[in-house]
Amino acid sequence: MKSSVKMAKLTSLFVILLSFFCISEAVFEDQVGKFDWRQQYVGKTLFAHFESNTQSSKKMFVATDKNIFASFNSRTGDLLWRHVDKTGPEGSIDILLLHGQDALMVVGDGRLLRSWDTNIGGLNWEAVLDTGSFQAACFVAIQDTVKLVAVLKKAAISLHYLSNGHQKWVENLPDSDAVQYQAVYSGGEEEVYVLGVVPNSHLTIIAYSLEDGEIIKQRSVEASWLSSIESSCVVVGQGVLMCVDPATLALYTLPIQAEETPEFSQILLQSLDLEVFPGFQPVLVSSQPHPARSPLSEFFLQLGPDHHVLLQLNADGYTIAPLRDFQPAFLVSFATTGKKTVAAVMTPKNETACAINLFSVDSGRRLLDTTVLFPLEPNGGKPHTLYVHAFLKKDDSVGYRVLVQTQDHALTFIQQPGRVVWTREEALADVVTMEMVDLPLTGTQAELEGEFGKKADGLFPMVLKRLSSQVTLLQAWLAHLWKLFYEARKPRSQVKNEVTIETLSRDEFNLQKMMVMVTASGKLFGIDSKSGSILWKHYLENVQPNAAFKLIVQRTTAHFPHPPQCTLLIKDKDTGLATLHVFNPIFGRKSHIALPALPRPILQSLLLPVIDQDYAKVLLLVDDQYKVTAFPSTKNVLQQLQEMASSIFFYLIRSDQGNLSGFRLRKDLSTERIWEVVLPTEVQKIVAVKGKRPNEHVHSQGRVMGDRSVLYKYLNPNLLAVVTESTDTHPERAFVGVFLVDGVTGRIIHEAVQRKARGPVHFVHSENWVVYEYWNTKSRRNEFSVLELFEGTELYNSTVFSSLDRPHLPQVLQQTYIFPSPITTMEATLTEKGITSRHLLVGLPSGAILSLPKMFLDPRRPEVVTEHSREENLIPYAPEMPIRTEWFINYNQTVARVKGIYTAPSGLESTCLVVAYGLDIYQTRVYPSKQFDVLKDDYDYVLISSVLFALFFATMISKRLAQVKLLNRAWR
Amino acid sequence: MASVPRSFLLLSIIPTILILCADFACCNTGRKTGDGLDTDFSGFSVPLEHSFEVDDVSRFRMRGALQLRGGRETSVSLSQSQLSEEDRKTLKEVAAVDGLYKIRVPRVSLTDRQTERQMDGYLTAFVRACSLVESHLSDVITLHTDVSGYLIGVSIVTIPGACRGTEVEDEVDLEAFNTTLTIIAPTNAPQPETALFIERMDIEHEKRGKPQEQKSFFAKYWMYIVPLVLFLMMSGAQDQSGGGAANGGGR
Repeated sequence: MKSSVKMAKLTSLFVILLSFFCISEAVFEDQVGKFDWRQQYVGKTLFAHFESNTQSSKKMFVATDKNIFASFNSRTGDLLWRHVDKTGPEGSIDILLLHGQDALMVVGDGRLLRSWDTNIGGLNWEAVLDTGSFQAACFVAIQDTVKLVAVLKKAAISLHYLSNGHQKWVENLPDSDAVQYQAVYSGGEEEVYVLGVVPNSHLTIIAYSLEDGEIIKQRSVEASWLSSIESSCVVVGQGVLMCVDPATLALYTLPIQAEETPEFSQILLQSLDLEVFPGFQPVLVSSQPHPARSPLSEFFLQLGPDHHVLLQLNADGYTIAPLRDFQPAFLVSFATTGKKTVAAVMTPKNETACAINLFSVDSGRRLLDTTVLFPLEPNGGKPHTLYVHAFLKKDDSVGYRVLVQTQDHALTFIQQPGRVVWTREEALADVVTMEMVDLPLTGTQAELEGEFGKKADGLFPMVLKRLSSQVTLLQAWLAHLWKLFYEARKPRSQVKNEVTIETLSRDEFNLQKMMVMVTASGKLFGIDSKSGSILWKHYLENVQPNAAFKLIVQRTTAHFPHPPQCTLLIKDKDTGLATLHVFNPIFGRKSHIALPALPRPILQSLLLPVIDQDYAKVLLLVDDQYKVTAFPSTKNVLQQLQEMASSIFFYLIRSDQGNLSGFRLRKDLSTERIWEVVLPTEVQKIVAVKGKRPNEHVHSQGRVMGDRSVLYKYLNPNLLAVVTESTDTHPERAFVGVFLVDGVTGRIIHEAVQRKARGPVHFVHSENWVVYEYWNTKSRRNEFSVLELFEGTELYNSTVFSSLDRPHLPQVLQQTYIFPSPITTMEATLTEKGITSRHLLVGLPSGAILSLPKMFLDPRRPEVVTEHSREENLIPYAPEMPIRTEWFINYNQTVARVKGIYTAPSGLESTCLVVAYGLDIYQTRVYPSKQFDVLKDDYDYVLISSVLFALFFATMISKRLAQVKLLNRAWR
Repeated sequence: MASVPRSFLLLSIIPTILILCADFACCNTGRKTGDGLDTDFSGFSVPLEHSFEVDDVSRFRMRGALQLRGGRETSVSLSQSQLSEEDRKTLKEVAAVDGLYKIRVPRVSLTDRQTERQMDGYLTAFVRACSLVESHLSDVITLHTDVSGYLIGVSIVTIPGACRGTEVEDEVDLEAFNTTLTIIAPTNAPQPETALFIERMDIEHEKRGKPQEQKSFFAKYWMYIVPLVLFLMMSGAQDQSGGGAANGGGR
């Protein structure tokens, strides 16, 4: 009986505890979007189409390298809808064709054929195609209406109905081992033509009957100069194949549909007075405005990086007339509206802009009043592709809008007469790394700071300085008041609260920060964390596509008048050679600091707590000969380094050799190897290594236990968590290894093996704990495990921690839980002083971000509840970790493909700033222990002040009354 | 799956054996699992080398020999000689300039006997020379192995570990090492404790569930239900008989 009462008590306690957690999270409806924002991206555009050729159409469609098919509102640049397919080659979009309301898409190297309804973005149908890699696709018209789509694969061609995706016929291509079939052409006739090439030998033309797929004719044409149809040939005019040969500098024409065996006729470029830029591969551009009709007989030939010519194939089919020479011209594009086809040409105008003009295709004449200016940003990429949306105006003249894609993946939409309607920075779809930097103080605050910073020079000047700074403060205050008064008179809608780079200043609680984001394309962004608006951008040209980035904050904003300084280390993964880009994170401007020469591959970079005379932290770069380069490398720094050399240790990890080694700096900036740990690569391979974040603070040194004794945490700032995976992938023998290694001494503090486990392992290393997540191959589920390290009930040396003087190994506690979902990334919250309890932020594949209290991941959760554990507020052990929807910090704002979560402390201890990035970017604040240091939004100021006043007056009155009474009594 | 080549099968068996061995090696609980693995692993020795130089350039010399015994119960012992006069002097000099005392052992496997037991390379660790001197050469050397019995790391600490600058006058204190030697294999990380939890839940259920199950609805309210049913039956029977009479009357 007694025990049952106890149990009931226990369960009620458990329920109370749980309900306590339940209310802690979640946003109220009116808080939506108040502290958070989300931006959705699609990635680098591969294909773009406009809806229809009327002036009023608003939709455009893009397919991107991130396997996304999306539709934009062309008036605002907002996403109308977006389809996110699988990552990797499985979901890659091979081609996007648009006809009327249908968007046809071949996905996954010819795996699937999909048709989308462009109005609402719904899937019409999906057809699974036969195996074989995708080559080409085109629409096929029967009797002037487009009814079919032809898909050419490596060894087969198939025709599908547009209406339902059913296959009309499929035919194997003859001799597909030798012949590379690369193009398919239909000009509205009864046949569909497949073109193949045997490189440097001959060209094969096969005509298939549309009706039943029977081969009508098959021709083989001698073409020893031709290696690829894709790169050097187009179809122009009435089915004439036009090829360009860079070797002989000649154009070749061939009528595809000829009855007898045709032959290429050669036209030397010289005879047309055309000259190819040395070393340039000429490119042909043609246009087929409607699939039911043959292509235009006009085409562009690109002769150099900025040289294009508009040519026309004469009616005889083998002579060419030049229409117009465009030099310089970066980009050209055809656009058709109704019966009219125009050519848009982008030419450089001056340093800051390019001009786009329309030309009549038939005559090559420039159309009047069609100039549009495209502004070139000083730190942006060059224009890369031009997509033109032409339409007929009311007066039957051609109007157009243009979408320009630049090398930095930005899309700019421009309307006549040169107004930039919107810009989308699609580089942000692939953020690699980021940092948050405090905003600078306002001028007056900085003035005050400066006063304290300067050296004292006498009493009188100090007084003067103080007075002057106070006068400036007064001035600023008056100006502020005046502004308030002035703005109060204006209607509220006119008061602009826009953030610009000039008005940036730190707020009271340091909640607004500058997000510095580095993207894979090499474009850097400065984003205001409060509004999400991009304040600066800087495109780094010549960044290799496989480069690795590391962003380092060398000097924070705290050292006025020195500007903050960030350094981006860009490392080529193949050669290992690195370059530095030093910039001001607030304005994005490149600093003109002398950069060290880095002739050798860089293995490791480390930021020392040592600062130079300008308050910049010293960055050490270790090259492959273990020589160290310091940046900045002033005399002061070198001197400090020499003094401190014997206490500067660093580690290097070569995961390909399983080698971890430690080094110590020598006075001459060479290094000596002092420890080495080798994990044999035959058994396991190192997948990740994480240290602790340098800006992390731990407030309490230990945990008070139920019996009032203290269990001290093992807080080793040099501890590394090394995670390995077994090379044996058999589910029974696979394992995940977790090693805790001291980065200074190389001592293995703890070594644990999670049996029957497999990666991908996600882990967080912080304070005295490591949390990791893995896949359990036996039970086929995801599991979380937590390791906590404790020194015990006594501290070895309570004043200072030294890795060199900690002889006793810590106690390690570990517990494992089942997690009901796979995860994509994980990070821990971070606050200013580390008083607030910690939460884990877990990115789920569903796009939700879960804020999981660390309390649930505590290896001291008891199996059996005791008095002591209840005293400590430990939750009884349950093997399954719950996922509560109230814990999703991004409510319905899903973040597609979360890749990383960044946390930063704010000026408020309760508040942690969170940025989740992946395909989308989401910024919010979290309060792991609720807002204990902030008054609520709906705090009743009126009530509290009226009560105060009432009390005040009541005391006054009663005092007076008491006095009167006393006086009366005295008289009596 | 049937077409897996034989060599693969063989290859996959070897690591299993290794893992099993490692399992036995690490357990100090005296678990008995007597199957075919009883082959006697006669111990083998590897050199333990040390280096301490004033100019911090590593020159490793022999310090002793580690007697390793793999197999079911991994054990290790160390035989080492005393420090020579010259060495003692150097060590004190190194300690004076805050130099390092480094040790190294070759990379070996404790279980894999036939194939190359010794791989190229060494495992190195260090300790400050001054702390070694001040602790009167009492050090703790730990060898770490991985799951398959390869040595992966070595560590050395002295007890006490601090350098307080106390002078060690007595040369005798620096003659012989007082070494504690341990070998550590990886621990197995725990799995989620589902069985125990379910057991606990069951007990809880039983305790809470029993009284409710015993007292079902009928058991609780039989004193009301029975009279009610009786009453209904009685009244129903009366009604029926009455109705029958009426019917009969009608005919």
